[in-house]
Amino acid sequence: MKKRPLASLLGTTALALCLGFVVFADDSTTAKASPSGRAFVGAHLIPVTGDPIENGVLLVRDGKILAVGEAGEVAVPADFETIDAAGKVIMPGLICTHSHVGQVSGGDSSAPIQPEVRVIDSINVRDASFERARAGGLTTLNIMPGSGHLLSGQTLYVKTRNGGSIEDLAIRNEDGSVAGGIKMANGTNSIRKAPFPGTRAKSAALVREQFVKAQAYREKLEKAKDDPSKAPERDLAMESLVEVLDGKRVVHHHTHRHDDILTVLRLKQEFGFRLVLHHVSEAWKVADEIAKANVPCSLILLDSPGGKLEAVDIAWKNGAELEKVGVLTSFHTDDPINDSRWFLRSAAFAVRGGMSRSAALYGMTMAGAKMLDIEEQTGSLAAGKDADFIILSGDPLSVYTRVEQTWVEGEKVFDLSDPEDAIYANGGLGAGTARFTNMCCFDVPTLRR
Amino acid sequence: MKLSLLLTIVATTAIATAKDLAVLGGTVYTMAGAPITDGVVLVRDGKIAAVGKQGTVPIPDNAEQLTAAVVMPGIIDARTTVGLSGILNSPHDQEQLETSSPMQPELRAIDAYNGRDPLVKWLREFGITTVNTGHAPGALISGQTMILKTNTEEITADSVIRPYAMLAGSLGADAMGDGGPGTRAKAVAMLRADLLKAQDYVKKLEEGKADTEKKPDRDLRKEAFAAVLQKKVPLAITVHRHQDIAAALRLAEEFDFNLILDGASEAHLMLDTIKAAGVSVLVHPTMQRAGGEAENMTMTMARQLHDAGIPFAFQSGYESYVPKVHVVLFEAAMAATYGLPKEDALAGITVNAAKLLGISERAGSLEAGKDADLALYDGDPLEFTSHCVGVVIDGNIVSREKR
Repeated sequence: MKKRPLASLLGTTALALCLGFVVFADDSTTAKASPSGRAFVGAHLIPVTGDPIENGVLLVRDGKILAVGEAGEVAVPADFETIDAAGKVIMPGLICTHSHVGQVSGGDSSAPIQPEVRVIDSINVRDASFERARAGGLTTLNIMPGSGHLLSGQTLYVKTRNGGSIEDLAIRNEDGSVAGGIKMANGTNSIRKAPFPGTRAKSAALVREQFVKAQAYREKLEKAKDDPSKAPERDLAMESLVEVLDGKRVVHHHTHRHDDILTVLRLKQEFGFRLVLHHVSEAWKVADEIAKANVPCSLILLDSPGGKLEAVDIAWKNGAELEKVGVLTSFHTDDPINDSRWFLRSAAFAVRGGMSRSAALYGMTMAGAKMLDIEEQTGSLAAGKDADFIILSGDPLSVYTRVEQTWVEGEKVFDLSDPEDAIYANGGLGAGTARFTNMCCFDVPTLRR
Repeated sequence: MKLSLLLTIVATTAIATAKDLAVLGGTVYTMAGAPITDGVVLVRDGKIAAVGKQGTVPIPDNAEQLTAAVVMPGIIDARTTVGLSGILNSPHDQEQLETSSPMQPELRAIDAYNGRDPLVKWLREFGITTVNTGHAPGALISGQTMILKTNTEEITADSVIRPYAMLAGSLGADAMGDGGPGTRAKAVAMLRADLLKAQDYVKKLEEGKADTEKKPDRDLRKEAFAAVLQKKVPLAITVHRHQDIAAALRLAEEFDFNLILDGASEAHLMLDTIKAAGVSVLVHPTMQRAGGEAENMTMTMARQLHDAGIPFAFQSGYESYVPKVHVVLFEAAMAATYGLPKEDALAGITVNAAKLLGISERAGSLEAGKDADLALYDGDPLEFTSHCVGVVIDGNIVSREKR
């Protein structure tokens, strides 16, 4: 991933040109303004992939983590800015594997399966919900369309970087394409009036029909490798499903009831796609089957069960039960179901339900990184990874703890001591509106906030 | 399993009423003075007999004992719709809002409550022992609320603390739509018109005391409004926008009733005015969704009310989707995250909630003579990682589940 995607530079230039003056790409200014690196010293570090460090040093340079270790073991380079973090807790930025921030939309009501629809074409990157996510310590999100479809579209993996366009925030694959999965659902949400399915069996049949079609399309593509004249006509929906069949696009599957969970596993078995189960309200009933299928789970933890037929048996013990059988488990906000600002509470509820503290913290960070195929870049405090981390006032599981700062790729994107940021963290007049309703013409860097 | 559990509860209940119960806590929050370290609450015949430090309160030899790290008064949820808005969220179990007419003060919570809904049990097992539950926001006047204990499965003449506790209304977006008024001004005009009629009804009732000829025909709707004007029950108006808060205060002044501001998302913009009006606030759930008319809500609201000296209590409110019910303990906890001192957060779900509801003589604190409603925890009750480990209502152990 590039720190500043080309698109962002182009965007800035285009904006500058249309305003009638020229702005130079400001990388050099940034470098001048900031020291060559930063050292966060004295905090209790929770690296997640290693043991906690009582009096730690975290070195950050060029958006990456340079070193993590105990004070005394890690030397602070002379030209680094030292930030005293004594009394604070620093842990990796939180990863929400299932979010609906940014007024995201997916497929419309014309069909139950719409693989060609991309959420990147819908997101309002200036929506206050992004500010709330930063205030909650979230540095990576999987932004998803809703669950009212069997397949509602292509999801988007983003970092909560400061940016004025969704391209600024998007995580990129190695080939430069934006990274994301595909959102599917079963159970009652996608059972609607025709052309949507009316039953569970019909739901599965419709999905199978499309995947069979995609298998045939993929075969044609294979055959056309040597002879382009044999290539099938481009089909956006089929292209997307072929990415799913090829494992390039992970299926993020909304599912609640035990039998619906098993239906998803059955489909995975048949078509071989890569899968993350989401919500999984009744995971505790079929934990062994999930473990046997070696499928990770992204859980939601709620104040109470119910609110819909399928969530009556949702339980905080899901985390504990999945931990027992060795299933990779992450958490999600499902924002706005749970506000991003209270995401850390999910880990606390999981621990209340019997999950180990270390597994719960892993679930807030590293587990999500694995599910989004970005575990090399983020999810833990380790040298070489993106400098995505949060500074907390105390224990991450304590109710009395506040997220004080959020850093994405070495840039501070939230600071509780900044009144403008604090309003999004706490609420108050204006908290529901975008930060910049009136764009100012003379201070281009602020446009990026 | 359910049957055996039931038998256990029945058996325990029988013993508990026959014998004294001593509840020992590493910390006992009496909410009537400083917390007691190594305290004990002695329960006799469903009431609190004594509270003090262990060793200073004699415990009868045959008393049953419960022990926990923390003991506090049973929690009071000052405004909820539990028992009316059922767990399934299907039309057949949603009784909290009737939209056939914009004002239906005659709708009684006692005629709608399902004490066996699983969400009532859910709340009870976290230590919530008393609720003010009833009709939801969503109509200009949606109906009545009632106060009862969370182990009350059947509504009888004496199983409810207050069969008519509050009249529930709304202003702003909650009052409009669904056949209701189309504008804010119209909503207030409609309410004023009905309050005027009720004033007249009250006058005739008074005249009827001396001269039965003048007694008006019974009118359920006017009777319900009359109770508000006679200050037998408060009118709780759900408001979010500051102009709606102002309208509610204006109404209370014109018709001289006890107003409770419910929700009050923008109360932070007019703390002085609210304080001067002397009204109490049922503060919105700290984790209320920050959108629509509540877009300017702040999680520091409870702290700001506390700092301003405005009486308030926490509520779980009403949820239309998932999660179907909030746990008022968690709302108080989240207020502590945003700066409300811990003991004030606890007060907002115990002693101050009892005051706001007018049930202080029975509930809200651990003092001799009050109902023996207790909640037991294995750690700080406000921490999301702690568990509720026992619940006592009227001296009966109603839960030993670890929640």
